[in-house]
Amino acid sequence: MTFEEIISKLKVEFGEEIILSTDENASPSCIELHADHLVETMQYLHQTEGLYFDALSCITGLDNGPETDTMEVIYNLYSIPCDHHLMVKVTLSRKEPLIDSLNSIWKTADWQEREVFDLFGIQFNNHPDLRRILLPADWEGFPLRKDYEHQTYYRGVKVAE
Amino acid sequence: MGLLDQKLGQGGIIITKFEDLINWARLSSMWPMAFGTACCAIEFMSTQGTPYDLDRLGIVPRASPRQSDVMIVAGTVTFKMADRVRRLYEQMAEPRYVISMGSCSNCGGPYWEHGYHVVKGVDRIIPVDVYVPGCPPRPEALIGGLLKLQEKIKGESIVAPKAIENLLAKEA
Repeated sequence: MTFEEIISKLKVEFGEEIILSTDENASPSCIELHADHLVETMQYLHQTEGLYFDALSCITGLDNGPETDTMEVIYNLYSIPCDHHLMVKVTLSRKEPLIDSLNSIWKTADWQEREVFDLFGIQFNNHPDLRRILLPADWEGFPLRKDYEHQTYYRGVKVAE
Repeated sequence: MGLLDQKLGQGGIIITKFEDLINWARLSSMWPMAFGTACCAIEFMSTQGTPYDLDRLGIVPRASPRQSDVMIVAGTVTFKMADRVRRLYEQMAEPRYVISMGSCSNCGGPYWEHGYHVVKGVDRIIPVDVYVPGCPPRPEALIGGLLKLQEKIKGESIVAPKAIENLLAKEA
């Protein structure tokens, strides 16, 4: 299924305003959704015949910095039987980055969302086990945020040069 | 060695200093702990392989810190790993030695400036005897480091060092 067909299918199901913007130059082609409609749209993309995005390949976090004051979560979907890709972007407020978990649709979202939480501090609603995955549990701050400043000492060991 | 074998074969006696004997025994059986923290471990593994053959130096990797004499810190030490490295070092029986292998464990390596998660040198958590530079060091370099450690062990004394006492006595 082509990108245009995917978009028109979504618009028929959810209405014109469901897709905030599209980017065909992205690889794979990208649509932007509102955070409130994420789960229902993803559920539709997952289970609808012809779309059948059965693999959540990757979740990326993105911090646009304090000036822009937004954060993004980017989902890369792939359909194994139909062999097509789709990128889905959601923009969040930087002050309160909060989004629904996709763990109920794709089990793989569990650890991927934990990683985004670990490094960006983005909270996922209804996540079964939202805690740090890579960094130690007592780590302070979220290292991939643009304004991150690491602690001076970690368990008595100096962090900086 | 051929000479020594012949002497022993004839039931002869060898006279040496006790200290030299102890040091010789220690430097001839430096058993490293079989563990690696990052890509340097690959070079450490090739050093153990047939072409470089660490066995000929009496270096046999052990799977337990309690049986090990040398800890070769092969690779990046993250803050999460730091506690484990320190605990493993503490579990080793004395005398124990540490070789820091590669730029990461020497000083943080490529992570020295922006690596928030990397300990900038393993000597911040445990004492290091020999630093082997390289990213990663070739097996030849690691063997060089091990030979350096042998030299260091050769110069060790089982009695407390007298140099400072002598110096103080001279000044008084």
